Amino acid sequence: MKDMAPDSPLLRVEGLGIGFGARRGRIALRITEGVSFDIARGERVGLVGESGCGKTITGLSLMRLLPGNARIEGRILLDGEDLAKASPPRMRKIRGKRIAMIFQEPMSALDPVFTIGAQIGEALTLHETVTRAECRERVVEMLAAVGIPAPEKRHDEYPHQLSGGMRQRAMIAMALICKPELIVADEPTTALDVTIQAQIMDLLRDLSERTGTALLFITHDLGVVAETCTRMITMYAGQVVEDAPVDAALTRPRHPYTSGLLRSLPQLNRARGEFAFIAGRVPSPAAMPAGCRFRSRCELAGPGCEAPQTLERVEEGRLARCHRAPDLDLPGAVA
Amino acid sequence: MNPRETLTSPRSEASAGNVAGTAARPEAETAAPVISVEDLAIAFPSLDGRETVKAVDGVSFAIAPGETFGIIGESGSGKTTIGRALAGLLPPTGGTIRYDGEDLRGMSRRDWRDRRRRYQIVFQDPNAALDPRMTILQSLIEPMKIAGGRSPEEMKAEAMRNLDRAGLRAELADRHPHELSGGQKQRVNIARVLPLNPRLIVCDEVVAALDVSIRGEILNLFAELQREFGIAYAFIAHDLAIVAQVSDRIAVTYLGRFMELGPAEAVTERPLHPYTAALLSAEPRPLPAHLRAPRRIELKGEIPSPVNPPSGCRFRTRCPHAQGLCAQQAPEWREVRPGHHVACHFAGPDGLVEHASQQSSAKTDTGGDHR
Repeated sequence: MKDMAPDSPLLRVEGLGIGFGARRGRIALRITEGVSFDIARGERVGLVGESGCGKTITGLSLMRLLPGNARIEGRILLDGEDLAKASPPRMRKIRGKRIAMIFQEPMSALDPVFTIGAQIGEALTLHETVTRAECRERVVEMLAAVGIPAPEKRHDEYPHQLSGGMRQRAMIAMALICKPELIVADEPTTALDVTIQAQIMDLLRDLSERTGTALLFITHDLGVVAETCTRMITMYAGQVVEDAPVDAALTRPRHPYTSGLLRSLPQLNRARGEFAFIAGRVPSPAAMPAGCRFRSRCELAGPGCEAPQTLERVEEGRLARCHRAPDLDLPGAVA
Repeated sequence: MNPRETLTSPRSEASAGNVAGTAARPEAETAAPVISVEDLAIAFPSLDGRETVKAVDGVSFAIAPGETFGIIGESGSGKTTIGRALAGLLPPTGGTIRYDGEDLRGMSRRDWRDRRRRYQIVFQDPNAALDPRMTILQSLIEPMKIAGGRSPEEMKAEAMRNLDRAGLRAELADRHPHELSGGQKQRVNIARVLPLNPRLIVCDEVVAALDVSIRGEILNLFAELQREFGIAYAFIAHDLAIVAQVSDRIAVTYLGRFMELGPAEAVTERPLHPYTAALLSAEPRPLPAHLRAPRRIELKGEIPSPVNPPSGCRFRTRCPHAQGLCAQQAPEWREVRPGHHVACHFAGPDGLVEHASQQSSAKTDTGGDHR
């Protein structure tokens, strides 16, 4: 927080571009381009899009967890400090302490040879000076806070002794143990059954509300975003195409892609019959079209779409990357 | 390539030439079931061999020609095991499966293979289901080769016809799987089973691996093939919304048993079993807050181990309405509404649990003779 104004965003991402295979300083394959968004303190933001849209790599870049051959352009400002330029020792101070991450598959994110307690405690001892007794106490407290029954006993168990839902709770405990200001959760419920998913969604929402931790929820599931987040950022082919409050985006999307995605979702109360879908395929990052990237799949494409599109304000608190957005009246999830 | 072409291309010319089409639906709606399952049980030895995992434990149902029979449930519910048994990939350890009225046990291997051919399965992962070293054409021809009875020219012609039928362009025939998108690969997997003249296709999470925006394309293709060839589907998925939208009837599985079975609309709109109600309320819906149900029915804990299922009703350990009776006695499988079955002591025809909390646990016959 330091010397920043209190209403400045916790995180500001500016013109973030991630690419691979740099030669002589030039990026050969661009995965994301010009990604910009803010996350306010305590805000829960959903980052949605389909496979390959760049949402996961954007999440990883906030923690600077990209592979060695990746190149970052733009700025990632955490309270004004540019993480894109932070040194590795500096990042180690931030990772786990100020920004923490929850991954999709808890089994591969947990080390099978250490107890749950030891792994959660490791994050704590890295960032704070605590005695062993204090560490244990804090870990057990956190296990209880994420709804793990018999936390004293679970503290000394190994990942394989826990069910999938309990492992994901342990991951959440690990992310929360140092009281971070931001949690990046990458598909944290995708590997879980629907009844367990509901438990984890409720848990993340409640913890965020209680502790004031901001949440970046990366998922392809718009239902999950609707139930956990307050704002929704839609990505397509490496760009942000829409940024809006969740309910507004679901009711009245302002980008044709968001609208197409919403209409593609099967819904419980809908009658049998034809399913809607978006024809065509996402362009490959190696052959990205110059103009609107959604143009080849867009039913509304017309003159002007061959020009590159910029993310513009269409109304208060809403951005869309479509020059036609101000004139379009697009259907959302509600018929 | 322009994928739109493949989507909108009319398929009428394919149906005339397809032998599968005409032969697959000899009878109308009144027909005998394509497959009927009675008291099906499938058990596996546990990893250490000392215990038995009862993956499926006493399930009965029948699928009519041209019907889509949805099976939903969480992981460990036994839904995939049921699907594999239907496709003849797993021998039942108890009960019977009748294929067009015939019990295939004790049949010679050769006859069994002949019959089984018409009960096919399409798997979840379109990549894993195709051999990466075979061209698409080779993959399409392989099942026909195994079936026999066609010349190489006939097989190729049939393969190309089905490629077109599945909405893929002819030039894809010479490609390898890695050159196709996930959706295209799933189309190939569908095209592969068509020449076998299937009566029933088990669809095991067939769109789970695909992106949301293209799932509809594949589901529409399944629907078209059903209208055209009268194929029945056993549609297995964990995604309730999809199952609700494709199925005629839905079975809800939990720990190897059916909890509820009924017409799709009735199951999703007026569920009889507390588990179904909980599943429905847990489904995250992409709707603005004011249109979502305000509170979900919370299920405590997780699905118990199928090695040691709970006594009585298997769902009782997580059921918000569980009573003493539920631990003592397994609920009967009752037809509470016409064509709508449920396994719950406290379910009545007018909806979910009828004041379960007021029922005395000593009364053991509640609802047993409702209708």
